[in-house]
Amino acid sequence: MRFAGRYSGSSFSELLAVDYPQLLPDLSRLSGSLDPSKVPHGTTVLSFKYADGVVVAGDRLATEGNRVASRDIEKVLPTDAHSLIAIAGAAGPALEMARLMRIELEHYEKIEGEPLELDGKANKLSQMVRANLPAAMQGMVVVPLFAGYDLRRHQGRLWKFDVTGGRYEETDFEATGSGGLYARESLKKSHRNDISREEGLSVAIRALTDAADEDRATGGVDLQRRIFPIVDCCTAEGITRASDAEIEGAYLSLAGVR
Amino acid sequence: MSMPFYVSPEQVMQDKAEYARKGIGRGKSSVTLEFEGGVVLMAENPSSLMKIGEIYDRIAFAGVGKFSEFDQLRKIGVRYADTKGYAYSRDDVRAKALANAYSQAIGDAFTRELKPLEVEVIVAEVGDPTLAGHEKNAIYRVQFDGSISDHEGYCVIGGSADDLGNLLRAEYRPGLSLGEALQLGRRALQRAAEGQPQVTSENLEVCVLERGRVGRKFHRLGTDTLREHLGD
Repeated sequence: MRFAGRYSGSSFSELLAVDYPQLLPDLSRLSGSLDPSKVPHGTTVLSFKYADGVVVAGDRLATEGNRVASRDIEKVLPTDAHSLIAIAGAAGPALEMARLMRIELEHYEKIEGEPLELDGKANKLSQMVRANLPAAMQGMVVVPLFAGYDLRRHQGRLWKFDVTGGRYEETDFEATGSGGLYARESLKKSHRNDISREEGLSVAIRALTDAADEDRATGGVDLQRRIFPIVDCCTAEGITRASDAEIEGAYLSLAGVR
Repeated sequence: MSMPFYVSPEQVMQDKAEYARKGIGRGKSSVTLEFEGGVVLMAENPSSLMKIGEIYDRIAFAGVGKFSEFDQLRKIGVRYADTKGYAYSRDDVRAKALANAYSQAIGDAFTRELKPLEVEVIVAEVGDPTLAGHEKNAIYRVQFDGSISDHEGYCVIGGSADDLGNLLRAEYRPGLSLGEALQLGRRALQRAAEGQPQVTSENLEVCVLERGRVGRKFHRLGTDTLREHLGD
């Protein structure tokens, strides 16, 4: 590994592109087409605002076509102390994108001496999604959600993206992935921006359960194997992950209502 | 055609070393100390241009001398560490390899370039008791000619490094609390600043690699926290 390269800016992905192109995940030179059903895909993730910030949640299933690829994949990943990415689509490139995003934010903070603004982070992610477009054309679609707490504006914020890198800030909630439509329908009925953390857990679990009900590729709560969805809350204080016991409690009280 | 003057290699090296020492001597010193909870790096620095920086999860950097030169080295170190951690794993990024790379680069500049780098740097790493073989702290010092040394307990860089080293040799003992380490470090920097304004919480830059933290161990101590520890 060379010590000093040619690049002198503050972006890690640009550093890789200039000095270490062999390390960059680049599926754009693929020729022919790859059957997307041969590659693990993540399914349903969602995010919404609540009283103290934002909630980001996702089920744990990954599928290859109609087969289970993983029952306990983690699709909600903190990118720094106050932001998270939730991934849906081709799991390999999506997880790599999340990892690169995390290093990108840390790298910028270390080089510049201060972190990027939340808008800057979302913008950077949209460039990474756009860079994946050639792979998306081959079926390796990655469509993340990005959410975080804006320490300057004192509020939770969230964004969705399309495959071309289009970046759309949402005012209330968003869900994506194969069960995203059903999760959104559920959120539309049960979500408000001023709910408490406890209500938020319940709303998240309800939406994921509704998605799992209608979409066979979404995992939901698996009481037999004791695999629970991930629900992270991001506030001014940072990110906390709900415990399995909390999620089980929210699920059981929800199941009691049904 | 004019003949170039002959200058002996010894003379060239001596001149370069003297030039670098002079440059470094103009700036202020920086102290790194091990304490019970990790490693603390301190520098007298009234400006907002930082002399101490985070390199990676368990690694920090401190530089003295010409700001533009050591800050460039710091950035190169961050790029090196992040790339290595991305290509391999986060635990593969170690202070020793980085200090060696600095030693090579600074040594190269000293022999090849007309003007040597007027810098001295410290690379410090806090140990991780949960990883076999990574338990111990490490402190490396790289000088302007590329010479590298490792230090246990404490290390000083800068113009008055020898003088401060003597003070620390007499007063340092292992297992200091953070407060004790900060007070000792301040005393050392105060001696270097003889005849100058007091070294206080306002003009100290202090960063800690704290073993007990999860993930990134590096953090900066604010003026209020320093005031609590130093009592001023």
